[in-house]
Amino acid sequence: MSEPLQGALAPPMVNGEAVFEAPWQGRVLGMAHALAAAGVFEWDEFRDCLIEALAQWDREGEGAFEYYDHFQRALETLLSRRGLVPADALGARASALASRPHGHDHNHDHDHPPADRDSPVR
Amino acid sequence: MSDHDHRAIRAEALEALLAERGLLTADAVDRVIETYNERVGPMNGARVVARAWTDPAFRSRLLADGSAAIREFAFPDVQTDKLVVVENTDRVHNVVVCTLCSCYPWAVLGLPPRWYKDPAYRSRVVREPRRVLAEFGVSLEADVEVRVWDSSAEVRYLVLPQRPDGTAGLDEQALAARVTRDAMIGVARL
Repeated sequence: MSEPLQGALAPPMVNGEAVFEAPWQGRVLGMAHALAAAGVFEWDEFRDCLIEALAQWDREGEGAFEYYDHFQRALETLLSRRGLVPADALGARASALASRPHGHDHNHDHDHPPADRDSPVR
Repeated sequence: MSDHDHRAIRAEALEALLAERGLLTADAVDRVIETYNERVGPMNGARVVARAWTDPAFRSRLLADGSAAIREFAFPDVQTDKLVVVENTDRVHNVVVCTLCSCYPWAVLGLPPRWYKDPAYRSRVVREPRRVLAEFGVSLEADVEVRVWDSSAEVRYLVLPQRPDGTAGLDEQALAARVTRDAMIGVARL
């Protein structure tokens, strides 16, 4: 995996474990690393986008600092700049998903690690 | 719609588009999250182990007084509880448990894995450690003594694994990358 982000760029951790307030935060962290690992972009390119997003918040930010909001924006910006996922395509897909009826049958299983992989002792 | 919902949907949309474009799979994302929790957390412990392998004076200090020795690393969350480091050798294999709850040296290992809190692990590793270790894939020769260390709120244990063969040329950082969380609990060998 790419180098873990350090210092001011590091994601929130408690007791050494990455802390996600919601599953989507884990997904965006996972996407960024997986895309870099797959060679879709260089990790340093993403890092630069994240630095840029955090610097913008330093200058203009108000309210509580939400690390993963910036992380998500940095990832979207990089993918859009590279023409891999244009901003309008992302916006259109998000709107389509948002208009799903409540209780749609979307499979949420991917938000959870396999239940038995850590439990060889039985 | 809350801001979280909005962001969750954007993340879902992005992942779907990346998957459709063949740039990403859900499995790859899952693996990263697991890696973050299993490697980045235990990395502090791995650095301690790697230094003990490369610096005999540090190794002596570590085995004599684990709590004092790890202060040399200035980890951000150094706990004040007593840390005892137990060394694996050709003759002795150490394994750590907390029979009462899930006491764990989190300053060096992050959060415990799920099975560490499992009642089956907590009781069986004391009763039949060889069998439990075999289930983890650690088959010990008959002449190897197994020592089971029961953690408490006052004392936490960290296993110093044996340095793997074929690592003579590696520096401290490269060695640390070889150390796994499970080896530092004692349920794996390197």
